[in-house]
Amino acid sequence: MTSEETVAVPTGDRVRDTRSGRGARRRPGPPGEPRRVAYLYLLPGFVVLTLFLLAPLVYAAWLSLFAWDGLSPGTWVGLQNYVDVLTDPTLRAPFGHALVLVVFFSFIPVVLGLFAASLLTRSTVRGRGIFQAVVFVPQVIALTVVAVAWKRILAPDGPLNDALRAIGLDGIARGWLGDPSTALVAIGLVGTWLGTGLCTVLFLAGLSRVDRAIYDAARLDGAGFFRETLAVSLPSLRNELAVALTLTMVAALRTFDLVYLMTSGGPGGATAVPAYEVYMKSMRQGDVGTGVTIALLLAAFIMVLTVLVNRIPEREDR
Amino acid sequence: MRTSPLERSVTIVVLAVGSLVALFPIAMIVASAFVSDNPNETGIVWSNLSTAWDEGHFSTYMRSSVVVTLCVVVLATALSCLLGYAFGTMRFRGSSVLFYVLLLGLMIPNEAIVVPLYYQLRELDQINTYQALIFPQVAQSLAFGTFWMRAYFRGTSRELVEAARLDGAGHFRTFWSVLLPMGRPAVVTMVVLFSMWTWNEFLLPLVMIPSNEELRTAPLGLTFFSGQYTGSPSLLAAAALIVALPMLLLFLVAQRHFIRGMTEGAVKG
Repeated sequence: MTSEETVAVPTGDRVRDTRSGRGARRRPGPPGEPRRVAYLYLLPGFVVLTLFLLAPLVYAAWLSLFAWDGLSPGTWVGLQNYVDVLTDPTLRAPFGHALVLVVFFSFIPVVLGLFAASLLTRSTVRGRGIFQAVVFVPQVIALTVVAVAWKRILAPDGPLNDALRAIGLDGIARGWLGDPSTALVAIGLVGTWLGTGLCTVLFLAGLSRVDRAIYDAARLDGAGFFRETLAVSLPSLRNELAVALTLTMVAALRTFDLVYLMTSGGPGGATAVPAYEVYMKSMRQGDVGTGVTIALLLAAFIMVLTVLVNRIPEREDR
Repeated sequence: MRTSPLERSVTIVVLAVGSLVALFPIAMIVASAFVSDNPNETGIVWSNLSTAWDEGHFSTYMRSSVVVTLCVVVLATALSCLLGYAFGTMRFRGSSVLFYVLLLGLMIPNEAIVVPLYYQLRELDQINTYQALIFPQVAQSLAFGTFWMRAYFRGTSRELVEAARLDGAGHFRTFWSVLLPMGRPAVVTMVVLFSMWTWNEFLLPLVMIPSNEELRTAPLGLTFFSGQYTGSPSLLAAAALIVALPMLLLFLVAQRHFIRGMTEGAVKG
């Protein structure tokens, strides 16, 4: 599988690609021959997709037009739920928190990963393979387990505060998750821990495809490490950058497990995020209409962002 | 071209610090799982694992996780291969529209689906069942699986398909006996990622299994356990280790597949 065939990032160009491919590959014989039998292969998959993905989505749109507690008959409210979510500051706040998490889950890991990968590509150091595997480990552990570990690290008597006290910073030590001013950032730092390894590994893979001669040329021109990272590594990583941003931003916006298990949205709503509100409103607080509306707005936001981010690689062609 | 000794040292420091930070939380859990909560008892203690296993009903939760993961992986893999074959090698009306529908599946987050699905399945009395855990996850896995397998089938050699056809193989035989066996590496990567996503899933079991303890998956069981054993950090660490271990072991043997799958652009909705 070549890098152009990178499959799962839903970019516009990939769709165009299928359309142009139809005209371009008009030759006789299979594959490429018009085939009704294709529908037979699609049938089972699309039945499952329709029942368990599309139908719930349509039902969500329907539910979002009602005030419903999940038990008694609902009341039609039209678009009022959307107006509420977009105007009520307490309902809007979770979206702001999600954007803060994007900085920690996505932007910081991408920058750190970029410099780490660039550094590792410049110098040939032993242990690169092991390093890749090690920093990838956070990706494979259930977030429930990650939450257990980090809750302990961030606890008032946890290792982080022990370390701070050991270097004389007793003043900063605190219960990081219990303090409204630090709880969201603390969750964010878990995200940084989760994403940095993934970004590094992605960028290392991308840089391994870059022609070494470009690096040599840059260095002959007297480019230092930072110049080289920004002028050589970054431009050749457009595809990987789009993938890294998509994966980490979507993870940030969808954050649920960590908040549910580490802070329950607290203290005082400081870590309430959209996905958590979706669950609380629709499953616990009997406000299904609002919950589903938040879910749909979140989904729309994620889709728009995914499409925008995946325009990064295209710019190259223009 | 060589780099300066200073830069080499910086690189080594970055490698070391990065590895330490990545592993610290896991190492802490492992270390904690093997010490006793009783300060008078020192040395390595093995009993935490068995105590957590028994008291946390992990034999039930692990069985449930295994059943769900197996079913999701088998179904999602089979359907993804069929979809990928059609999209990758055949031309048919509506292929781009159907492809857009799949794109949608790739971008719709789980969170938007789970709540309406819960109320639909409640209507059909399907809450607290295996089906409620399995089919939604098959649906969510299909988008990635189809993209992945489509890329594989598109990359296969046309000559080979022609040769198979001349030998009298129909479309299914070409798929089953010629192209699919050659695509084993791609299929294995997909299976590995499906397993990880399904094993680690938390929101869906949380919503779909509100009251049937028999069907709780391991990550869900862990959260109940952590609510009950806040006072015994070692037991909680042991329970967390039990939940994480299967995927850590899978990563150990199939590391290449994890990294390849994720770096080649895995986006799961």
